[in-house]
Amino acid sequence: MLLTETLWIALQSISSNLFRAALTMLGIVIGVAAVITMVALGTGAQQAIDQQMEALGGDILSIGRSNRFRHGVARDQASLTTDDAAALARESRHLDGVVPEINSRFQVKYGNRNLSVSVLGTTPNYVDVHGFTIEAGRMFNLADDASRRRVVVVGNEIPGMLDTDAASIIGRTLQIRAISFEVIGVMEAKGSSGWRNPDDDVWIPLRTAQFRVTGNDLVESISVKVREGIAIETAMVDIERILRREHGILPGKDNDFSIFNRKQFLDSRQEAAEVFTYLLAGIAGVSLLVGGIGIMNIMLVTVTERTREIGIRKALGATKGNILLQFLVESMVLCLIGGGLGLALGAGAAYFAAEFAGWQTVVTKASVITAFAFSAGIGLFFGIWPARRAANLDPIDALRHE
Amino acid sequence: MSAVAFSNAEQDAVIRFEDIGRAYQMGVETIHALQGLTLTITRNEYVAIMGASGSGKSTLMNIIGCLDSPTHGQYWLNSQLVSRMNDRELARARNQEIGFVFQTFNLLSRMTALSNVEVPLIYAGLKRRERQRRAKHALDVVGLADRMSHRPSEMSGGQRQRVAIARALVTNPSILLADEPTGNLDSRTGNEIMTLFDNLHDRGNTLILVTHEQHVAEHAARTIRLSDGKIVSDERPGAGR
Repeated sequence: MLLTETLWIALQSISSNLFRAALTMLGIVIGVAAVITMVALGTGAQQAIDQQMEALGGDILSIGRSNRFRHGVARDQASLTTDDAAALARESRHLDGVVPEINSRFQVKYGNRNLSVSVLGTTPNYVDVHGFTIEAGRMFNLADDASRRRVVVVGNEIPGMLDTDAASIIGRTLQIRAISFEVIGVMEAKGSSGWRNPDDDVWIPLRTAQFRVTGNDLVESISVKVREGIAIETAMVDIERILRREHGILPGKDNDFSIFNRKQFLDSRQEAAEVFTYLLAGIAGVSLLVGGIGIMNIMLVTVTERTREIGIRKALGATKGNILLQFLVESMVLCLIGGGLGLALGAGAAYFAAEFAGWQTVVTKASVITAFAFSAGIGLFFGIWPARRAANLDPIDALRHE
Repeated sequence: MSAVAFSNAEQDAVIRFEDIGRAYQMGVETIHALQGLTLTITRNEYVAIMGASGSGKSTLMNIIGCLDSPTHGQYWLNSQLVSRMNDRELARARNQEIGFVFQTFNLLSRMTALSNVEVPLIYAGLKRRERQRRAKHALDVVGLADRMSHRPSEMSGGQRQRVAIARALVTNPSILLADEPTGNLDSRTGNEIMTLFDNLHDRGNTLILVTHEQHVAEHAARTIRLSDGKIVSDERPGAGR
């Protein structure tokens, strides 16, 4: 009914002591800004991990060589071979793709340009398993691999690094370790996975790599894609069984290989990020609480200062409810203005953190709404006691107050 | 129920006190600020309530003004039983039936004269346009049509009291209740204010003045004297003023 009048009175009262109101609001401003910034940082971190997860593919397992240590010295450098990969592809019913990989860093020469890049020797199904797409040209095929052809597919950023573009690099010659390779394809951009950026890698057929570079049939790692509907753990047991047999490991002896579940790793990072977010938000929440206590303090002072006004208003017909509403609205207006300023400050801080520190930050609609609801809630919660005190003042005492 | 019938019998009674008492508990002691007050004030009466300090006249004024409730007896205001009202109903009675004028004016210092006069109408739930129309009219009645946008600090004591009277009049209350209305004014301004009260009485308002000054009380047609919480005299000198 008289909400607009009440709002008016609240604004008048706040503006009549602007400096004090500003100081009071500062607590809320800082609190809300802290919550917004912290949640933006936490959400950003989680989103970064989500993106990495998506880039990796959640159902990929990596099998690597494991160094077996004894007395601190690596022994028996265990080995994975193309035969192991073949055995996995042949025998496991739980795998959709098996991709053996060799990875070395080499000098790559194109015209007069030199680059040091990761050269991956692998099989044609690498693109499917790791979720790559070809932007121009083609991926090498089984025939290229079988005949150890010197062909290369380059990452999306390579043409740019060589001052050319995807269309015109196709068919040209790249020197890898002084050996000429024909560029037959360019990958579409994939984005960083968190460990490394696949967009500045180059790929050559596995047999070409083994024949031209390493001179043996060892592979560094084998990536496998777990068939849909199969639990990662089931696939891991299956892989272990096949490889132990392939490697002739006696029961009771340790594996000479390791299976790395990247999803699990990311899951734990995700969990850590979440805990971190809650922790930061919690600390920020405490400052918001302190701000709220500041509001209550100043509202109590205001009620005391305006005791006579309350008495006059009651004598003129204000009910307890009218007075209660007036002081509640005043504290809520204080908190909401503070919340609005804090929101702007927090969003600004998040923006600057993203712009200048390079941290990924996300100010979500939910955190904005939460911050506003929270500051209104604080206004309500910390305003109710002073407001009740005002409402319950005896009009006769209040009128006598000076 | 006989009491209700009685109140209906006297249709003209604005205020009807029936054996009103007000006691305060001070520790183990009970102090009787008012005791056994029975009186009737009818429409368009002009009453002065007099008494020394401590005689109970402030308590009486507070009870008449619905700021306080009696601990004994029954009080009808316009045939409504005030002594049974809850907080909300009392607030409404203060808003609709009573117009307060205080010794210290009690204006809201941050507001203009017009806004001050509007305050009771806000609590009456009136719309802004209607509030302003009525507030302007009330200020006109007290002769302050040209001071509407002034704040209390920009006005003289007499002007402030006129604003306060306009604020008391604006809801068309049953009673104008003035507590030492000239107490903070010099005698010339005080006389002007009393002239204004006389005019308001002539226009049909019911006035109750609480005062300890004989010359103020002389404006009234009826003088009730209190001592130790009891009525010691209730006089109507002459046939009205």
